[in-house]
Amino acid sequence: MTDTAAVAHGTDIRPFAVAIPDDALVDMRQRIAAWRPPEKEPVDDQSQGVQLATMQRLAEYWATEHDWRRLEATLNALPQYVTNIDGVDIHFIHVKSSHENALPVIVSHGWPGSVIEQLKIIEPLTNPTAHGGSDADAFDVVIPSLPGYGFSGKPDETGWDPERIARAWAVLMERLGYARYVAQGGDWGTAISAAMGRQAPEGLLGIHVNFAQMMPLEMLVHIRNQEPAPDGLSDAEKKAYGQVLFNTYRRGYGVMMGTRPQTIGYLVADTPVGLAAWLLDHDTTTYAHLAALFAGQPYGDITRDDVLDNTSLYWLTNTAASAARLYWQLGVSGRNFYAAADVSLPSAVTVFPDEYVNAPRSWTEQAYHNLIYFNEADKGGHFAAWEQPQLFAEELRAAFRALR
Amino acid sequence: MADSSIRPFRVDVPDDELADLKRRLAAARFPSRELVDDRSQGVQLATNEELARYWANDYDWRRCEARVNALPQFLTTIDGVDVHFIHVQSKHEDALPLIMTHGWPGSIIELLETVGPLTDPTAHGGRAEDAFHLVFPSLPGYGFSGAPAELGWSPARVATAWAELMQRLGYARYVAQGGDVGAAVTDAMARQGPAGLVAVHMNLLVTALAGGPQPSETDEDKAAVEALATFRNSGFGYYLEQSTRPQTIGYALLDSPVALAAWMLDHDTDSYLKIADAFVNKEPTGNLTRDNVLDNISVYWLTATGASAARSYWERAHAQAAAAASGQPQPPAKVPVGFTQFPGEIFRAPRSWVEHGYPDVSYFNKVERGGHFAAWEEPQLFSEELRAAFRSLR
Repeated sequence: MTDTAAVAHGTDIRPFAVAIPDDALVDMRQRIAAWRPPEKEPVDDQSQGVQLATMQRLAEYWATEHDWRRLEATLNALPQYVTNIDGVDIHFIHVKSSHENALPVIVSHGWPGSVIEQLKIIEPLTNPTAHGGSDADAFDVVIPSLPGYGFSGKPDETGWDPERIARAWAVLMERLGYARYVAQGGDWGTAISAAMGRQAPEGLLGIHVNFAQMMPLEMLVHIRNQEPAPDGLSDAEKKAYGQVLFNTYRRGYGVMMGTRPQTIGYLVADTPVGLAAWLLDHDTTTYAHLAALFAGQPYGDITRDDVLDNTSLYWLTNTAASAARLYWQLGVSGRNFYAAADVSLPSAVTVFPDEYVNAPRSWTEQAYHNLIYFNEADKGGHFAAWEQPQLFAEELRAAFRALR
Repeated sequence: MADSSIRPFRVDVPDDELADLKRRLAAARFPSRELVDDRSQGVQLATNEELARYWANDYDWRRCEARVNALPQFLTTIDGVDVHFIHVQSKHEDALPLIMTHGWPGSIIELLETVGPLTDPTAHGGRAEDAFHLVFPSLPGYGFSGAPAELGWSPARVATAWAELMQRLGYARYVAQGGDVGAAVTDAMARQGPAGLVAVHMNLLVTALAGGPQPSETDEDKAAVEALATFRNSGFGYYLEQSTRPQTIGYALLDSPVALAAWMLDHDTDSYLKIADAFVNKEPTGNLTRDNVLDNISVYWLTATGASAARSYWERAHAQAAAAASGQPQPPAKVPVGFTQFPGEIFRAPRSWVEHGYPDVSYFNKVERGGHFAAWEEPQLFSEELRAAFRSLR
């Protein structure tokens, strides 16, 4: 079909390639070069936010060395498609394994990420025999851009919460002809995967998450009242309680996007440096690693180019505001992101040590009623797939082995 | 050792900075339109687009500059920071000296229209005995004052600096006034009780914002509890972000005028709706006109103080946390406190709440018009409130 209006309402799957116009790249670089920095923060740490020295290093590298066309070539070497689901064009990467009986997995990214987070796991998942696994470990991989993110369309109506995205993902897997598959995610991807688990669409065998939603209701009541951890908790529970309390009340970015995504939208749509700072300032540990990365310290497999690929993707698609709306959408749904996932389908959880909430096994077992796998990895953080792709792929192999 | 001189000051923004601002406005890139028909997702696209259009095409900074430069302005270095202030002496003998403090997202621009009624009451419906000598400084980190290079500029430290300023100006007997951050500074002055300070007036009740339980018996009490809860649930993001990560948002606030404008417009619902109305429907409320709103935003842009002003919230949050950790209650206000309740404020503080926060409430009144930016929106009414509040203290 060539009629775009007809295509938009069809169920066909169209090939997609990224092609950003030159003038958009020139404009981006010009804006970075013309940035007007604030004065240095009057502290010697990250306690007032992203530090000036970090932004200076980032801006310098972004304007002079980062090469968007390299990323574009990487993406365009992968099979990419767009299909319209529930009124929104969904962009996705779809790589089939050469191994028969590969298990299809749909992997959902989160904020402040994109499909770029997941690029490094494609090889170990689809081609395990070349990456320390056996052919029985193979996956067919589907990696969509969330609605409002990256190359997916921006919803023009409210309602696209994780539940609705989960329903769209089931449609996508059905369109791809997958009768048996699993789902995976962290960050927003965990909420989407859990929603899929609750909805239990035909064909979904189980889920794996690298961020467990496990807070018991009574703990959320204490947190709602901003109380210290109640007596009788184990050390691991106490730690998780403190982490959720902090992240509920002390992280302005989440509150801001949950209540005023449009206002933040102006801060991230008109200035690449403002956008980069907003994306860097996710959680304390991740930020510390990213700041060190721009100062020359390694951060697992994450490179400066990776970070700026992701940031440039948000910039060039002008999607930071539409992405932030997902927080607002969760807010109006009344659902608490940290609340127990309440999933009965087989579920697997990997806890990465640098994640900003470390789920204790006790609460995780209550939240995922059929917990088939629970492991505490020895390294990795919020962007586990990006930072530790081999380890992450091994976790998925182990987690889903019993469901094949 | 310390230089306590008072130097004359004039605003003089270079042409190329104004040209740069216009260039950035012309090149502004906006997000897609919000998905709702109200302000529940934040500053609406139509509002910010119209603001940017007017700012780029019709707005004249030099008019604002002339207006400010028509007033006597000074700089003096206090506690290591250059403090900018406007100082207008009344022609009336026995005028009462008054130090008035603006808030966030405000500046001295908020207070300009009160100069006439306060210093020259006989030309503005008052009597000679209503006259004030008026001092209104730019807060450290705001507008034409210097940005502190070191930590510790809490409202209490600003309050101490203001007492020093009034002493340098030779005022042995004076009063203080503030709303918003200015109320936090004025509250601190009342508790410090410096020599010469005889009374204060505020139009935001910071003792309730600090979080302690307030009286909740009457319908009026309950309505205020509810309004405050609404603010905490849905209007608190900017406050939390500035209290924790001022530097992070600073990058956008200094690099994009439309980002700065949006961040400043999204304060409280009442003022947002009034300002949006001024731009979209060309229907200003009171003195909240497009030009006045853009004068204030332009001050933040041209002085590049978006980050340093936001930092004052971080300082206040740290001071509050340290005070809570010390276990020591704050000292009570040492001087009489006057309060005016403006109907559009974030919450309408009832008299019971004001009395809960201060031992000696010498004046309380509810007025019919005005909101968070009471002095800016209703300068005449606001000035009449100050006359009434301080009448018994002359």
